[in-house]
Amino acid sequence: MSAVIESHNHDDHHHGPAKGLTRWLYTTNHKDIGTLYLWFSFAMFLIGGAMAMVIRAELFQPGMQIVEPEFYNQMLTLHGLIMVFGAVMPAFVGLANWLVPMMVGAPDMALPRMNNLSFWILPFAFFVLLSSLFMEGGAPNFGWTFYAPLSTTYAPPSVTFFIFSVHIMGASSIMGSINVIVTIMNMRAPGMTLMKMPLFVWSWLITAYLLIAVMPVLAGAVTMMLMDIHFGTSFFNAAGGGDPVLFQHIFWFFGHPEVYIMILPAFGIASHIIETFSRKQLFGYASMVWAMASIAILSFVVWAHHMFTVGLPLAAELFFMWATMLIAVPTGVKVFNWVTTMFKGSITYETPMLFAIAFVVLFTIGGFSGLMLAITPADFQYHDTYFVVAHFHYVLVPGSIFSIMAAVYYWIPKWTGNMYDERLGKLHFWLSFIGVNVTFFPQHWIGLAGMPRRIPDYALQFADWNMISSVGAFLFGASQILFLFIVVKTVMGGKKATPEVWEGSRGLEWTVESPAPYHTFTTPPKVS
Amino acid sequence: MSYQKYYVPEQSKFPIYAATALFLLVMGAAGTINDLGKPSSNSVYILYSGFAVFAATLYFWFRTVIREHIAGLDSAQLQKSFVFGMGWFIFSEVMFFAAFFGALFYVRNFSVPWLGGDGEKGLANMLWEGFEASWPVMSTPDAGSAYVLADKNMSWPGWGNALKWLPLWNTIVLLSSSVTVHFAHLALKNDNKKSFNIWLGITVTLALIFVGLQAAEYYEAYAHYGLTLNSGIYGSTFFMLTGFHGFHVMMGGFMLAVMLSRSVFYNHFDPHSHFGFEAASWYWHFVDVVWVMLFLFVYIL
Repeated sequence: MSAVIESHNHDDHHHGPAKGLTRWLYTTNHKDIGTLYLWFSFAMFLIGGAMAMVIRAELFQPGMQIVEPEFYNQMLTLHGLIMVFGAVMPAFVGLANWLVPMMVGAPDMALPRMNNLSFWILPFAFFVLLSSLFMEGGAPNFGWTFYAPLSTTYAPPSVTFFIFSVHIMGASSIMGSINVIVTIMNMRAPGMTLMKMPLFVWSWLITAYLLIAVMPVLAGAVTMMLMDIHFGTSFFNAAGGGDPVLFQHIFWFFGHPEVYIMILPAFGIASHIIETFSRKQLFGYASMVWAMASIAILSFVVWAHHMFTVGLPLAAELFFMWATMLIAVPTGVKVFNWVTTMFKGSITYETPMLFAIAFVVLFTIGGFSGLMLAITPADFQYHDTYFVVAHFHYVLVPGSIFSIMAAVYYWIPKWTGNMYDERLGKLHFWLSFIGVNVTFFPQHWIGLAGMPRRIPDYALQFADWNMISSVGAFLFGASQILFLFIVVKTVMGGKKATPEVWEGSRGLEWTVESPAPYHTFTTPPKVS
Repeated sequence: MSYQKYYVPEQSKFPIYAATALFLLVMGAAGTINDLGKPSSNSVYILYSGFAVFAATLYFWFRTVIREHIAGLDSAQLQKSFVFGMGWFIFSEVMFFAAFFGALFYVRNFSVPWLGGDGEKGLANMLWEGFEASWPVMSTPDAGSAYVLADKNMSWPGWGNALKWLPLWNTIVLLSSSVTVHFAHLALKNDNKKSFNIWLGITVTLALIFVGLQAAEYYEAYAHYGLTLNSGIYGSTFFMLTGFHGFHVMMGGFMLAVMLSRSVFYNHFDPHSHFGFEAASWYWHFVDVVWVMLFLFVYIL
């Protein structure tokens, strides 16, 4: 331990990383912290994925086969919480850590020690959350949206641990976001004006703003739960003058911006990859920026479209329906811009491009089913069915997660200095692509036919498509082991990457060697 | 303009200690709360140890940052990062209070009138027929079968009793403290350290008086008004909003007290470089603005 500390006072900033475990515990380097985030997220992806496998195994056939309904509910809840807060969000933060300083020409993140704290809170937070599985009464079982009174009056005792775990996850997100915003606002290389920033940086500037705006609201919501459960208040209890629907309002005021937090960085990633492999300049840069900003602002005024069936006043139903449909406009701008970028481009189909194109197509499908759900009277039919499950899995799995995989394939040569195995990468893509569609596409149909979500058993007429859906899920799950293998293989070795890596790559990160030196841009580059 | 290197600290033990402290804090807090009323619980010691590690880590962490500043390691650019960072932190605090104010507005404008039979969802009155909506809600919809009803509330008592009304004094004290902390800032900019220390000392004293008055108000509420956390939605919103505000007053007052001791004992801060103090004073003004909102929406209206 002490050997590492001795280097603390050295003035030479150009040495490499420290050795051993303490490199990762004490690091202030944005690349190290980015790596930690990405590996943590991958571990959570596998844990949350294993829970999804339990869910799909139980749903393989009608009737109860494998787990108790109580345990099924715990799996369902933890799967959602882990995928949202443990897999997707940390993966994007990891990408931001690796890429934002290099893309804006900064030596590191603005507040490097706080950056490390933001990461190290997460393993503890998820340890607390997962340890609830072994507590009396089991883990949280009220769904990832933890509606009151399921999460208050009827919650297992472990809900207290869940609440505090959410608190420190939120602290981690807020600190991480402050770091990203300050880095972007304060540390851009001379000449890099806001409208010259790479789109991934723009997407994260807007995402970080959303995070700082809504994570404290989530903290407020769980604090009110804590008070209701243990200290006799009545925020979510109508007997005392409160309202369980109030919980849903507060939760979704956080929750809707949260779902854009999980997609905006994906927009940035897709823009870079499509631009590179089309060998054309991105079509409509400025409109991409304005579209993301519009989506972010609209995200604050659409939350009640998750609550059409709870009994809202008619004016609210109409307002939230129209506001929600308005989001289709900036989102459409983005999709058309990507398509137009590809139009007449000299496209090649390396693995990142395959994932990016699949992202555009499948995310758009998820967007369209979102439009269907936005129509209030239609939502009365769809609400809490598998159609909703299909919708948000289409935007999250082939949306967010495909974009993360695309980003890994696209930038891993920059991170490791080695090219990944293209044949294995393509195999991984096709297995994932087929798996994800076989899993989630039939869920649209069984949802429209009336199968409710969040149940461990179902009526016989849904049996065939559920079985197919489960087969797809097992295929998708198994192919992620291949992804792990590809990543490890690339880290261990492979064909050496050039600094620019891809023929059409643009941006500051491609001007440094591959792998990127431990410290990049200690003096800022000039951007013309 | 010559470029000053941005200071990137090499390695640091503070973050992992702080993360460990947070881990102990949440395990201890959750365990303690779950074990409330059980005499054999030891969770509270985990909570204490977490608090101790956290306090110690913050002390040494901030000491390091201050020493780096004195050693001239931080460039103007890095100092700007602190300025941005504090600004966004305060924004996050604004949103934290927004959740509780949002809850207050929602129950006052929607759910309580609905429970009383008014408005588009007035059907809710079927749950507890005979419940009449009013604010403050003195009788809960279930007429106190699950909650303990309060005898009196904290609302504006009318001009005749205004001077005996603690919230008015609290408002006067806190608004004055915002002015005195501004005078302290002006004194510092004029390089008058003595005046700075005096005004800052007055501010910290006013913060203590505020906390004292707030404690007196809570005592009154519990001992003589029957108004508790348990007295329905009015008690819930009242104590949640004033309680979290009071907690933030304590934090802000503590920050200012630290700044005062840095100035008195170590002669820190000069007219051009005193962001530590400025950050604390921003926070103080923020806490003050929240109180004005509270005074309006919790006490007066």
